[in-house]
Amino acid sequence: MTEFQQARRSSSDVTKDGLRGQRPDRDALTGVATGKRAKLRARQRDGAPTVPEVTFTSYYNLPVINSPVWSSPDIPGYLFLGGLAGAASLLGAGAQVTRRPALGRVSKAGAFAAGVLSLVGLVHDLGRPARFLHMLRVFKVTSPMSVGSWLLSGYVPLTGIAAASSLSGRAPKVGAAATAASALLGPAVASYTAALISDTAVPAWHDGYPEMPFVFVGSGAAAAGGLGLLAVPLTQSGPARAMAVFGVGTELASFERMKRRIGMTAEPYSEGRGGAYVRAGKVLSLFGLAGAVLGRGNRVVTALSGAALLASSAATRWGIFHAGVQSANDPKYTIIPQRERIKGRR
Amino acid sequence: MAPVDITIGRRPSLDGALLGDTDPATQGGYPDHPPRMGFFTDTSVCIGCKACEVACKEWNAIPEDGLLFTGMSMDNSQGLGADTWRHVAFIEQRKPIAAQDPGVAHEGVDVTPLARQGSGTAAGQAAVTPTTPGDAGEFRWLMASDVCKHCTHAACLDVCPTGSLFRTEFGTVVVQEDICNGCGYCIPACPYGVIDQREGDGRAWKCTLCYDRLSVGQEPACAKSCPTNSIQFGPLDELRERADARLARLHEAGVIDARLYGRDPHDGVGGDGAFFLLLDEPEVYGLPPDPVVTTRDLPSMAKHVAAAAATLIGGALAAFAVGRWVS
Repeated sequence: MTEFQQARRSSSDVTKDGLRGQRPDRDALTGVATGKRAKLRARQRDGAPTVPEVTFTSYYNLPVINSPVWSSPDIPGYLFLGGLAGAASLLGAGAQVTRRPALGRVSKAGAFAAGVLSLVGLVHDLGRPARFLHMLRVFKVTSPMSVGSWLLSGYVPLTGIAAASSLSGRAPKVGAAATAASALLGPAVASYTAALISDTAVPAWHDGYPEMPFVFVGSGAAAAGGLGLLAVPLTQSGPARAMAVFGVGTELASFERMKRRIGMTAEPYSEGRGGAYVRAGKVLSLFGLAGAVLGRGNRVVTALSGAALLASSAATRWGIFHAGVQSANDPKYTIIPQRERIKGRR
Repeated sequence: MAPVDITIGRRPSLDGALLGDTDPATQGGYPDHPPRMGFFTDTSVCIGCKACEVACKEWNAIPEDGLLFTGMSMDNSQGLGADTWRHVAFIEQRKPIAAQDPGVAHEGVDVTPLARQGSGTAAGQAAVTPTTPGDAGEFRWLMASDVCKHCTHAACLDVCPTGSLFRTEFGTVVVQEDICNGCGYCIPACPYGVIDQREGDGRAWKCTLCYDRLSVGQEPACAKSCPTNSIQFGPLDELRERADARLARLHEAGVIDARLYGRDPHDGVGGDGAFFLLLDEPEVYGLPPDPVVTTRDLPSMAKHVAAAAATLIGGALAAFAVGRWVS
């Protein structure tokens, strides 16, 4: 039997009832039973309750926009660590002013480590890592990545000086100045990444741009608070505890508001891999919040809640990252809202 | 090709750079420049030959990126990307198309008098000629050659942190491959899904509107190779006029589905440098129905980021204010 005949046989079987799996030849209807749609139906059969399918047209169900080529863990890690670093710089500066040396050491060292690692993630994700310095070739206000690169290249060395001075006890004046400067840049470091991902055509990211910076600073504050709760003795961790509560509250409230406002494009935040990470982040942050509030005076409970908050912040960033990719890969999130927009204008 | 770095300090104003009808080359820092050049792709005469795809790959030395059989009609290149700068879409529909029946049925024709005239039947006397409209059929095949739109307000260019993407004197948008560091920001920024990262290379690539050919007064390879003039190249003003006339003619002939896409300088991207005549909704061809340059919202984004940063500072101050009581 030739290869050709084998291929024929595998696609249709002769049975008592006649031919099965036979190709419909000239009776074929165009556009029916192409692989993609068949797969879609199968997924719907297996999946949870199906919402009535929105009818829209697309080109073979292919995405309209090109999906981000950014990879995990580099970019979600960069988002998480940037938030942690920025908010930790504020805790570090506050600790310096209110004379809480342990909180200061942990926050400043944490800000430096997170800042360096976020840079590593950013550079590692480049298609041409050796050309990282091209980021500093120009300064462009229209590119959040350009603004962010300049910001980080000023910020990270400052956190390094602040951390080194704090850990070694040397050059206290230089250390204090670096601490103050890093606290000034910190809030920008924690929030600009929201504009970075929102300034794309990715529906779930772009549509959420008004709330995204608040989600990001909330998540960053929760992480920095969590770091303080994890590593600072109880006598000095008060501000970290308050910061964590503020962070979780801001993050959850803004996220909820964003999801309600943007409607359909928020679906990926509740579905698939992105949805799973977002849910995990929510559960962890509620655990962390409960531990932070109820575990006062208990070192172990406090430390555990700190760890949960760090993990929740990371999970949320991973969730936002994957939800964005999901929304880019499904043409309906690009086409339907644009159609609605056209309808609204008429 | 030695593009001047125009990124710092030459933009008249950010508002003009992000919105509305504008001359992109002037906006990009060329006070004295040639007319804005572009493509008008008239899909109503596209025959799906893919000569444009081939010519583009040949001229620009684009690497082979997989030989697939997708089963999507005759489309095996699927969409624009790093290694596909012209992409021919194929759509099969159960819809009648006007004036494309070849009219090969000759039943009602008495061939004897025609034969007497010899081979040169005058067009007016022939019952059937290649241009005689027949009855509308129940099937139509849409073909359309897609390409980078060279937007008036180009998101890819706006977000590029290295200045690798730049505006040429022709008003087109080009990547400088010796500058691109593969950060990938331009890729999700493009509302059309044009630019992409080349595998194994790491950098972003897209149509240059054959900048090299334009610079020496030649037309782009795809337009040069198009056998039906579906891809027309020229000064954008002239193309827009030509497209308006063509649209009016098609509407007159009863092709009511015909429409121009990317022609309007007041749309979400300030009009496309490469625009199209389509015979159905844009999304049927894989094009976004109402694309908007993402940076249009950037001023608002910046305000929200500033407000969030201030909120974080407020939260930290509050945390230290209450910190003594919550240890």
